[in-house]
Amino acid sequence: MHELSIVMGIIDIAEEAVKNNHAQKVDSIELEIGTMAGVELQALDFAWEAAVKNTVLANADREIVTIKAKARCMDCGAEFLIHDQFEACPMCHDFLNEFIQGKELRVKSLVVS
Amino acid sequence: MCSTCGCDQPDGVTITKVGESKLSFRPVEENHLVKPGHHHTHDSGKKIIEVEQDILAKNNKSAQHNRFHFKEDNIVAINLVSSPGSGKTSLLEKTLKNAEGLNCYVIEGDQQTMNDANRIAKTGVPVVQINTGKGCHLDADMIHHALHQLNPAPDSFVFIENVGNLVCPALFDLGEDFRVAIISVTEGDDKPLKYPDMFEGSDLCIINKMDLLPYVDFDIIRCKEYARRANPNIEFLEASATRGEGIAEWVEWLREKSKERVSV
Repeated sequence: MHELSIVMGIIDIAEEAVKNNHAQKVDSIELEIGTMAGVELQALDFAWEAAVKNTVLANADREIVTIKAKARCMDCGAEFLIHDQFEACPMCHDFLNEFIQGKELRVKSLVVS
Repeated sequence: MCSTCGCDQPDGVTITKVGESKLSFRPVEENHLVKPGHHHTHDSGKKIIEVEQDILAKNNKSAQHNRFHFKEDNIVAINLVSSPGSGKTSLLEKTLKNAEGLNCYVIEGDQQTMNDANRIAKTGVPVVQINTGKGCHLDADMIHHALHQLNPAPDSFVFIENVGNLVCPALFDLGEDFRVAIISVTEGDDKPLKYPDMFEGSDLCIINKMDLLPYVDFDIIRCKEYARRANPNIEFLEASATRGEGIAEWVEWLREKSKERVSV
């Protein structure tokens, strides 16, 4: 249930943005989460509800932009979408892949007022 | 409930050095709480802020801080991760007893109890226990606080035994030099397939309880192949913490790595 720690990290970022912009609260927040970031969205939802109470995010709309994981084959250089760590390269069927996207865990933007 | 700031939990995280009665409580950060009734009613207008900020940035910053201190004092830090019951503490006990010439320190992480720290303390090695309460992993800030209690000497090894959990600790950099995943043959050989994040981020995989191999259905070759799919560079050692097999090789691995690290 590390998703709770993730939400606490989001709250910290939101608090700072609110403070720096002399605002009172967050109206909406946009998150970017890669499909290989190790975050379970259902668990994030569960943690979110409990954690944002009495914070600047209490009534904020939340948008999650999912970033599909992409890998590059270290053998033939092909780039392809990947759904788990164990997918073989579709071109040469090798397992030596490195991720080039899909590990993102970011607060992209906030609307404060 | 909250392992980050202890906000939902009166006792929060506690860090205790064996042999000292004093408990240190991690300060509760309340700065994210908005006091009820303090909302201003006037409309200050909406403002869009592009922050593009990594959510784990705070942890990563603490991890960098720890890493800086480790480097400064030429300390090798090892983060030991596994599921509960794989034999992390037994392996560590055996290691400490056989690590001649190595100056060792231990940070133990568990949700509750001083049991593991007390076991380690019997080997004579300085040890600090972190109890995460309900938290499922150690984070870099906890390690930072623990290091202040432990006060490791220069040119030493700090072993960090993470909370038994193959999922959550994978995401949290502690500032360690090496992450070592321990898997025992009494678990399934498909653990690396089920929990790939942990193996992807580990430098070494120790396969423990090798003495029990004849009695269980565990295919070592398959297990290694699965782990290599998650991480082609992962190294392997086979060990039995109770019988002492593989411990010398593991200590040698530590010595080699510390040399490599110094020469970098």
